[in-house]
Amino acid sequence: MGMTMTQKILAAHAGLPAVKAGDLIEADLDLVLGNDITSPVAIHEMEKFNTQEVFDKDKIALVPDHFVPNKDIKSAEHCKIVREFAKKNNITNYFEVGQMGIEHALLPEKGLVVAGDVVIGADSHTCTYGALGAFSTGIGSTDMAAGMATGKAWFKVPEAIKIVLTGKLNKWVTGKDVILHIIGKIGVDGALYKSMEFTGEGVSSLTMDDRFTIANMAIEAGGKNGIFPVDDKTKEFLKEHSDREYVCYEADEDAQYSEVLEINLSELTPTVSFPHLPENTHTFDEIDDIKIDQVVIGSCTNGRIQDMREAAEILKGRKVADGVRAIVIPATQKIYLQAVEEGLVATFIEAGAVVSTPTCGPCLGGYMGILAQGERCVATTNRNFVGRMGHTESEIYLASPAVAAASAVTGKISQPSELSL
Amino acid sequence: MKANGNVIKYGDNVDTDVIIPARYLNSSDPKELAQHCMEDIDKDFVNKVKPGDIMVGGKNFGCGSSREHAPISIKASGISCVIAETFARIFYRNSINIGLPIMECPEAAKAIKDGDEVEVDFDSGIITDKTTGETFKGQAFPEFMQRIINAEGLINYINSK
Ligand code: SF4
Repeated sequence: MGMTMTQKILAAHAGLPAVKAGDLIEADLDLVLGNDITSPVAIHEMEKFNTQEVFDKDKIALVPDHFVPNKDIKSAEHCKIVREFAKKNNITNYFEVGQMGIEHALLPEKGLVVAGDVVIGADSHTCTYGALGAFSTGIGSTDMAAGMATGKAWFKVPEAIKIVLTGKLNKWVTGKDVILHIIGKIGVDGALYKSMEFTGEGVSSLTMDDRFTIANMAIEAGGKNGIFPVDDKTKEFLKEHSDREYVCYEADEDAQYSEVLEINLSELTPTVSFPHLPENTHTFDEIDDIKIDQVVIGSCTNGRIQDMREAAEILKGRKVADGVRAIVIPATQKIYLQAVEEGLVATFIEAGAVVSTPTCGPCLGGYMGILAQGERCVATTNRNFVGRMGHTESEIYLASPAVAAASAVTGKISQPSELSL
Repeated sequence: MKANGNVIKYGDNVDTDVIIPARYLNSSDPKELAQHCMEDIDKDFVNKVKPGDIMVGGKNFGCGSSREHAPISIKASGISCVIAETFARIFYRNSINIGLPIMECPEAAKAIKDGDEVEVDFDSGIITDKTTGETFKGQAFPEFMQRIINAEGLINYINSK
């Protein structure tokens, strides 16, 4: 019986000729990731192991990004635990403030993940690296501790949903709209325990940044991972960012899928997820005037350079509406610098937006843009759960950077065409 | 092993942000986390929960973030078992790894009412609603996961290998 792309990667890392959905396997890990929230718990768990050595100091990435630069004393203490652990164990890939970025934007940029890898991260959006043709998935702190100590993790081999992309996206329709559309269709548990394997001729037209955004939100459909085939664009990205050898896996012709979904990219339009679940999607033909108080452009979903460019193209020569606070957060130092050099930061500031150092900040209701009771925000982040960005009676509308920027200008949820763009 | 207690029931898609809001994640102390468990959907939870109580949810329980703080806060609040129609994948995994007993059983999750007294027998997978007298068969753990649970968590399991 044929295997899916995910199953092939897992089989290879478990040293098995073949695996099938439902098998419990133990796989070798190429990278173990943790952040400033999940790592302290994992480091504490590590102390219970018979051995306290890490399996490979080069294959662990520690990225304080959620509450840094430290938001308060408790976060500072957490970051200190991570810093000291990294020092004691000579962890190569520890990223201090000044080098750090939001983990899922940072790791591909630093070339730490390549096609064919198996990666676990104590952060649910670890599924982002599927854009590179790797198997990567979120786990908790205990799994992270076990991964750091043994270099292995147990997995139940997932079944897969095959998502066949055709056509090409129209102007101002992006990877974000693709994934919101899919989640709206299959629901927040539509891919529970499963892989989402993207394929079809439509893939080649998607930029790498689009693919990162799409794979990033596989978890919002309940998916174990999202994965893209490796094509010329992937290879170019890998060549530019990493010296590591990579392996390209392809799904077998006769691989089994639990479901096949066809999406014609040309038919998609800007899509917005209404509170309080990512599956509550709407397109603009059914959106009335909804006034907003805040816009956040950033996060591991949409804080990359393409996102900054799209937002800047809309904000150029325009002003953020009275009564709206617009917050732009480039996801990494490199993206930040690039945005400065390309004049995007100047555009944001001239328009009346604030630009922050890389941080998760408001995405998880940490700091740097918390909502008061009754306030509404259009955010390029990935979750609009109750209380996610602040007060339990505040509202988050998930959208692309283009929609977020257009909304900042009009003061209500808007698509770029409303600005004659 | 058995759990016995009164049911505190919630709906579908209970996410990790309402189980333990991120604004409290600057702590990793189970007792402190337990003080804020469920507060964004149920302010009363911490006052009404008694040791041994059983939490029941609908579909996709524990969806959202990978924070292990979520099952940790539930366990530290005194809940002895969570029953749901389905669990989100990372929450399921984390619960097993930290030793919070959970059981998937759509029939039980639908039928059991808030406040009912329920007994869960983990060895047989039998869930009994003592208030109504109904019984349900929950999904037993695969052998591999049972070994992790018997060792009281992943780390002890690995240490014992
Ligand atoms: S940006 Fe948001 S979703 Fe992404 S890692 Fe940070 S908190 Fe999580």
